Amino acid sequence: MDAAIIGIGMTTIEKNKIACNYADLAWEAVNKALADASITIDDIDNVITTSSDFWDGRTISCMAVGDACALRHKNCSAVEGDGTFGAAYGLSRTLSGDYKTTLVTAHSKGSESISSIITNAAFDPIYERSLGLDMISASAIQAKQYMNVTGTTSEQLALVSCKNHKNAKDNPYAQLPMDITVNDVLNSEMIAEPLHKLDCSPVSDGCCAIIIANADFVKKVKAKPVWIKGVAFCSDAYFMGDRDLTKTIALENAAKKAYVMAGITNPENEIDIAEIYDAFTYQELMWIEGLGLAEYGNAGKLLEKGIFNRDGKLPVNPSGGLLSGHPVIAAGLYRIAEIVLQIREEAGARQVNAKRGIAHGVNGICGQSHCVWILDKEK
Amino acid sequence: MENLEHIIIESGKAVQPFHYSVGMYGSKFFHELKNNRKFVGVRCPKCKKVYVPPRQVCGECFMEMKDFIEVGPKGIISTFTILRFAFIDPETGLQKPVPYGYGFIKLDGADTLFQHFIDVTEESKVKIGARVEPVFSKEKKGTIKDILYFRIID
Repeated sequence: MDAAIIGIGMTTIEKNKIACNYADLAWEAVNKALADASITIDDIDNVITTSSDFWDGRTISCMAVGDACALRHKNCSAVEGDGTFGAAYGLSRTLSGDYKTTLVTAHSKGSESISSIITNAAFDPIYERSLGLDMISASAIQAKQYMNVTGTTSEQLALVSCKNHKNAKDNPYAQLPMDITVNDVLNSEMIAEPLHKLDCSPVSDGCCAIIIANADFVKKVKAKPVWIKGVAFCSDAYFMGDRDLTKTIALENAAKKAYVMAGITNPENEIDIAEIYDAFTYQELMWIEGLGLAEYGNAGKLLEKGIFNRDGKLPVNPSGGLLSGHPVIAAGLYRIAEIVLQIREEAGARQVNAKRGIAHGVNGICGQSHCVWILDKEK
Repeated sequence: MENLEHIIIESGKAVQPFHYSVGMYGSKFFHELKNNRKFVGVRCPKCKKVYVPPRQVCGECFMEMKDFIEVGPKGIISTFTILRFAFIDPETGLQKPVPYGYGFIKLDGADTLFQHFIDVTEESKVKIGARVEPVFSKEKKGTIKDILYFRIID
């Protein structure tokens, strides 16, 4: 593909960035991305902002970050969903030939609202919403069924939490770096069976920005490009009751398409690193399997063997993942930014040996839709 | 900038009430639930899958569905959770009393899962595969709350 990521910018992910409004966060992330790419805002010819009106508590939330994202006098469009989807739109614009550089931003501040009420509003207002289902209870229901079908254990789920919180200790952007044990997870408050508090990602604030450029522009800049080899997304049914919640058909489809684009036939051996949307511990395991990085129902066992540790064969979420900081909407874009840092060998203490990696984003309840990015050191 | 105290503006208690149309398929479902305490599903003419609650389109086949059939009222628990943490009830703004059960129920004759509360009085019996039946409210309103919960039957 004739496009690369030439710059990334992240704010730290925190429980409550009370000193900043949305625009302040975007300003920081955008300027970091421009500096990272060694270009100025005049080099940017179109902008995609990614936000959610419900999370932001305002209609047409994208406009609130407009000035900070330099959309005035530029072609700008918006995506409501995870940042990976916003970036996919930005990529398609770059590849269209009409634009040379696309700035993509994604932000949210979970600290400003009651997250269970926001996620409850994602459910159908006629049949579901008044029963009070929210992201955590819905995910508990999926976790229960997944564990029942695959035999994945609570201890295996807890290991995901231990691994990712430990990894976060070397990530200066992470919200929850921690040394915890399996017992700590199992003894943490039971929120909704089978999910304990430490099986769940926290509520977070943050903004991430990336700059996508076409191949011609890449030649003109000093920045180290990370090449985009494959991007695909796929959706499943809206009603959870219509889906087999133990399966990840949408993710499997998206991954297969992305692998074909990237010329990958054996992802388990050809992928060096993955940053995966681990909103809950069990989801990291489910998505690893959906991405074809483990046999169905086997991710928990491979985790126990250390395969997904930072020093394992296939490091998963060496950044600490969403469990260590979950700014909704921005979360997937952070995954892309982390893979970019890893491939450029600029990930500091969390650096792994990686030339090719996956960044994964989710939109909707319990993995209704997935977006898969394959990034590579080589074009 | 000098070290200032952070100022927060509250949104206040203003609300935006919506009037959600349930559509003709939803109307049929809620009329049957209210008047006859029955569950109505709809069958896809192509894949024959029975959807509950009923809706116009089979998302799998992109086919219009018109073949209404009665499902349930009994069924089995396909998956569930028991809530232990007192989340805010979006309807009342108050914390929900815990614990309570929430399940995805496969009603007899349906192919999709129907969501509702599950009675957890006898918690050890609440399992995937357990057989359940609905308990209806005394008041007939024609909403999803006409069902109070599903309870385990032996």
